[in-house]
Amino acid sequence: MLKWLREPASETQITHGARLWLYIVATVIMILLVAPTLIVVPMSFSDSQYLEFPPETWSTRWYEHYFTSPEWMSATVTSFQAAILTMLVATPIGILAAYGLHTSSMAYIRLVFVLLITPMMVPLILVAIGAFYVFVKVNIVHSLFGLVLAHSLLALPLVVIVTGSALKSYDMNLEMAARSLGAPRWKAFLTVTLPQIRFAAITAALLSFLTSFDEVVVAMFISGGDNATLTRNMFNALRDQIDPTIASISTIMVLVTSLLMILSQLFGRAKGS
Amino acid sequence: MAAIEGTGMNADGLRRDGFLERMKLFGLCSPAILLVLVILVIPAGWLAYVSFLGADGQFSMENYSRMISRKSYMRIFITTFEVSFMTTGICVLIGYPLAYFLSQLPARIANICMITVLLPFWTSLLVRTYAWLVLLQKKGLVNTFAIELGLWDEPIKIVHNMTGTLIGMVHIMLPFLVLPLYASMKAVNRDYMKAASNLGANPVSAFWTIFFPLSTPGLFAGMLIVFVLCLGFYVTPAVLGGGKVIMVSMKIASNIELFVNWGAASALGVVLLVLTIGALWLTSRFVRLEQIVGGGH
Repeated sequence: MLKWLREPASETQITHGARLWLYIVATVIMILLVAPTLIVVPMSFSDSQYLEFPPETWSTRWYEHYFTSPEWMSATVTSFQAAILTMLVATPIGILAAYGLHTSSMAYIRLVFVLLITPMMVPLILVAIGAFYVFVKVNIVHSLFGLVLAHSLLALPLVVIVTGSALKSYDMNLEMAARSLGAPRWKAFLTVTLPQIRFAAITAALLSFLTSFDEVVVAMFISGGDNATLTRNMFNALRDQIDPTIASISTIMVLVTSLLMILSQLFGRAKGS
Repeated sequence: MAAIEGTGMNADGLRRDGFLERMKLFGLCSPAILLVLVILVIPAGWLAYVSFLGADGQFSMENYSRMISRKSYMRIFITTFEVSFMTTGICVLIGYPLAYFLSQLPARIANICMITVLLPFWTSLLVRTYAWLVLLQKKGLVNTFAIELGLWDEPIKIVHNMTGTLIGMVHIMLPFLVLPLYASMKAVNRDYMKAASNLGANPVSAFWTIFFPLSTPGLFAGMLIVFVLCLGFYVTPAVLGGGKVIMVSMKIASNIELFVNWGAASALGVVLLVLTIGALWLTSRFVRLEQIVGGGH
């Protein structure tokens, strides 16, 4: 250990000992990045109203409260419906657009690309009030349909970017070969190109799901009534008081996210090998 | 005769076919374009139009002049900039050492440590904000821990104010700074550092004269993206600010939810959008936008 401290750490011959402070600072920051989210998990099993850590008495009462509450359950169902539908709408639309952008050599194609990624640049609150205004006019506020449209808008840039960059590293000659052997363009795409970019497509789909599932601001404006989302209800509950039920919901959400993250990492690995 | 002319006709036909083909491929973008136009661009245009209408429905600049004349509006802009600058600054102070540390590690260990940056990036914003609310409350973990350590004597108020907001914002924004910065640091040719120390520079001056300047593209990109995101941020200040930290986005929301004043909300929205576009334009001068937005995924 002491020997290690005197060893050179980089090209400049600075020793590990001389920059021990850097290692300590970085480790503390990394712990601070992860700890808050993880600490919610044991807290959600606390029996106390005040969410102690470590909990003095353990209980699953907040989970029971969540699973037996009709409002929370209905909101959970809405959130999953919206996320799955957003995934099913945004992914194909985004892949089509990425393919179109990649193959069409039209002038101004870069402008179209910028247009398609604007939803992730514009502050969410502006997307929210804009969508709210349109949805009031056509009477789809508080409907699942409207929610899916707005969330698909938010997920679209991610799909275009992720699948677009996969198409850039894909050899279009493979598709050419399929077409020269008589396959129509759509068939060549579905049987040759799409399988080659499937990892990016799956990542894009997962990101679309998460975009919708985690989204708060837009949902706050355009979801409600029977179609209020989980995040909307959580946000409203947070503004009033610290309801321990939220800790249990948070734990479940972290679980869902981690699962999706592990899935995407697995697909990423498979791609790497 | 026909054959001779045929070459010309063929050329025309090919050109037309080529054009049609490009149009058809371009048409594949149309569902996506339609979605963006209908749900984002057209409403935004309408909001911009409404912002120039007075209470009587006639053209008027009253929604904009109110921003300058009323102190409450000025304070909101000052708060927004304060939060954005402070968050960006703190993110640089703690993000730079972290990114540097990660960039110095061997690839395998760096990938594992990178999870600590990516995990919060993937976790719901609301969950993370809630976690801080719980940790920072009067009887929360931070207060209990600090009192036990003797840092302060009785519970202090660290949430529902500016401090709590900044803590939450920095936690949420840090990955957006670290990811482009890390990419930029990884691209620095390590032989330059070797050359610098070979020519007699001590480690500290080699870092400041060689490494730091070469990492600035990623640093600027990260700073600007954090700044832009802060400008329009809503959830974290609304929850952790406890009504004491009012940002532009929150004023827009309350103008619509409480006062149903589309004119005032739209004018604020236009200003927010202009600020955002300005910052993004600055960003695009340092780095291609898709590199940043694609950086995290």
